[in-house]
Amino acid sequence: MMTPGAASGPPKAPLLRDPRFRSLVTQVALCVLLAAVVWLLVEAARANLARTNVASGFGFWNVTAGFDISQTLIDYSSSSSTYGRAFWVGLLNTLLVAAIGIVLATIVGFTIGIAQLSTNWLVARLAVGYVQLVRNVPLLLQLLFWYNAVLKALPDFRDSVRLPGGGYLNNRGLFLPGLDLGGAGPFVFCALLAGIAVVAALVMLARRGRIGALTATALSVLAVLGLPLAAFLVAGGTASLVYPQMSRFNLYGGIEVLPEFVALVAGLVVYTGAFIAETVRAGLLAVPRGQTEAALALGLSRGVVLWRVVIPQAMRVITPPLTNQYLNLTKNSSLAVAIGYPDLVQIFTGTVLNQTGQAVEIVAITMAVYLAISLTTAVLMNVYNARVALTER
Amino acid sequence: MTTPGASGAVAVSDAVFVRRTPAPDLAPPFASTGWIGWVRANLFATPFNAVLTVFTVLLLAWIVPPTVRFLVIDAVWTGTDREACLASAQHPHLGACWAFVTEYRSYFTYGSYPIDQRWRVDVFFALLAFGIAWVLWIDAPRRGLGALYFFAVLPVVSFFLLYGLPPLGLEIVDTARWGGALVTVVVASVGIAVSLPLGILLALGRRSSMPAVKFLSVIFIEFVRGVPLITVLFMASVMLPLFLPPAWSPDKLIRALVGVALFSSAYMAEVVRGGLQAIPKGQWEAAAALGLGYWQALRFIVLPQALRISIPNIVNSYVALFKDTTLVFFVGIFDFLKTIEVARVDPVWATPVTSTTGYAFAAVVYFICCYSMSRYASGIERRLAVSERR
Repeated sequence: MMTPGAASGPPKAPLLRDPRFRSLVTQVALCVLLAAVVWLLVEAARANLARTNVASGFGFWNVTAGFDISQTLIDYSSSSSTYGRAFWVGLLNTLLVAAIGIVLATIVGFTIGIAQLSTNWLVARLAVGYVQLVRNVPLLLQLLFWYNAVLKALPDFRDSVRLPGGGYLNNRGLFLPGLDLGGAGPFVFCALLAGIAVVAALVMLARRGRIGALTATALSVLAVLGLPLAAFLVAGGTASLVYPQMSRFNLYGGIEVLPEFVALVAGLVVYTGAFIAETVRAGLLAVPRGQTEAALALGLSRGVVLWRVVIPQAMRVITPPLTNQYLNLTKNSSLAVAIGYPDLVQIFTGTVLNQTGQAVEIVAITMAVYLAISLTTAVLMNVYNARVALTER
Repeated sequence: MTTPGASGAVAVSDAVFVRRTPAPDLAPPFASTGWIGWVRANLFATPFNAVLTVFTVLLLAWIVPPTVRFLVIDAVWTGTDREACLASAQHPHLGACWAFVTEYRSYFTYGSYPIDQRWRVDVFFALLAFGIAWVLWIDAPRRGLGALYFFAVLPVVSFFLLYGLPPLGLEIVDTARWGGALVTVVVASVGIAVSLPLGILLALGRRSSMPAVKFLSVIFIEFVRGVPLITVLFMASVMLPLFLPPAWSPDKLIRALVGVALFSSAYMAEVVRGGLQAIPKGQWEAAAALGLGYWQALRFIVLPQALRISIPNIVNSYVALFKDTTLVFFVGIFDFLKTIEVARVDPVWATPVTSTTGYAFAAVVYFICCYSMSRYASGIERRLAVSERR
């Protein structure tokens, strides 16, 4: 087998049985193989593209799009806006659904998760039943159900369902009262963003112990409420609530929310909420019982025990899978294409791809966007995890 | 009580009554035993709990009776067209139109598979059910053979059975005609059969000491996990034909299968990696000390243990995969959900309740499949917990 080494040191293995040599050969072979496959694929693609006369490159980005989009958060018109503009419209729509969905799904998820562990038998059974039912039915089916069987089956706008607070719900969507700030709107919005930035800075300072928690909280409230108010006063706007009005042919005024948006948010929230509930339940169960018992022995009420003792400790376990659920919700919002909500995939991988035929570029851009969102979140998550992780001796 | 003092100095006079036998048991308090006690403890323990109970009962009263009425009591079970399911004098309340589902049941099962060839699909379902039972039944005899049957024999046999083998008299059935539950089962089975071996390889790659192998595995896994399945399917369906010479261009179903298989193997890799990480390093070292090489140690020592503890998570990711098969919908494949989408807009059956009925039926079918899979996973989990406890 092994020949004893002539020189000093450990016996030398024959070259073919040397682990380092073998690993080097394996890796080189793998890389060469991969490079060959990629080269073949690229050659085939080049030939195919030349044959089918499809343009390549990103020139289409500045070409006028020429199609309408039903929900636009930034200025967009079919006659003058470009495919690039359409991309941003789609991306913002995706982010809007994700942001609203994440907030609502967190509320639903925590409520149901805590309810699953309730001492009230009926509440606990109902919560468990909800989670089992929702988790075991595909999201796509649920979205189609919400859109085709619920929202499209709602009454015509003349017989709208009246919501408390002056809103209407009908088969054309959700109509909510809006806040009209006159010309001061953009200023107030910027001031609100500034306020949020100030809060972030205050949290940072409070963490380092520069200012007390009470001061930080007070200043945060002041920044979030005061700055927009100041901007509003300085800009001299007039504030009024605009209620949706019934006309002969439609409802107008206020905020109009597309039925596709309502269905998508409802579906995503119900579905992701069930998964978050399971995460929360697992997190709460991971906190040792002794913590609850000790807190109860100190005379704290059950509510205080939950909010001040159990949940803060459970968050350490809950946060990583919770972030995963947020990412899943964002990725799942791409199913919007099934019900026609104009999100990134529907606009870009759907309409733009069909019009330009440039599959490689468009699919690559779409994937890069989702990948960027995922990786950014993963990095932030790691930073957070490093911070909250228990420091063990 | 009249127990004597510890000092013993106090004399017990005759006048003091000392009970010599235990008093008869009092009946337990009426309000804390039996169903009343249970209700008080579990439903009305505190005022807040009582309010919760009342709200929950109201919620259930609001949801359950109309649902039952719609699905069962007012439902229409037989009929030949939409007239049967519309509201009429003798049938004033609209209920689920099950007659529609009955009418379409073979379309939901086989899609447009030629009617005289549908026995082939039935045989495939039977072979598959046999394989699944063999693999899932933990105490089944010859499980190794079962795995071989499921992962190697069944795919080949099924392919020729479903697609066709002219020398044996099985005519070719183009995949464009496959549909319904058949396609859902095929996509899910291919995903299951491919994702486990590929996932194991990727997980091993990710834990490899070779930098190039590790790097490529990490890139693949993180890339696929970072994008939605729908974009992977789009990529498979529009880019595969682009990257292959025209002569090789695969058909639509194969493209979707490639997409689903790649996607699920990235998730499977993470599940298997969790299992591999739970195996103590000592197992590898002991195997090496016995003279086993890498692959032998893996095959005989590490993988059996790692896969065993991963079974619950593997089955859970199969549940996710099964639900994800609905997304082939987007690349023009007639899976079970798509056949329902097609059937529900059929003008012959167009009623206000047709969509809801179709979705309710689909939900029941998916729920039964997914719920039984997750029950299986948690059963295995309990079983493993017992063997761990010892």
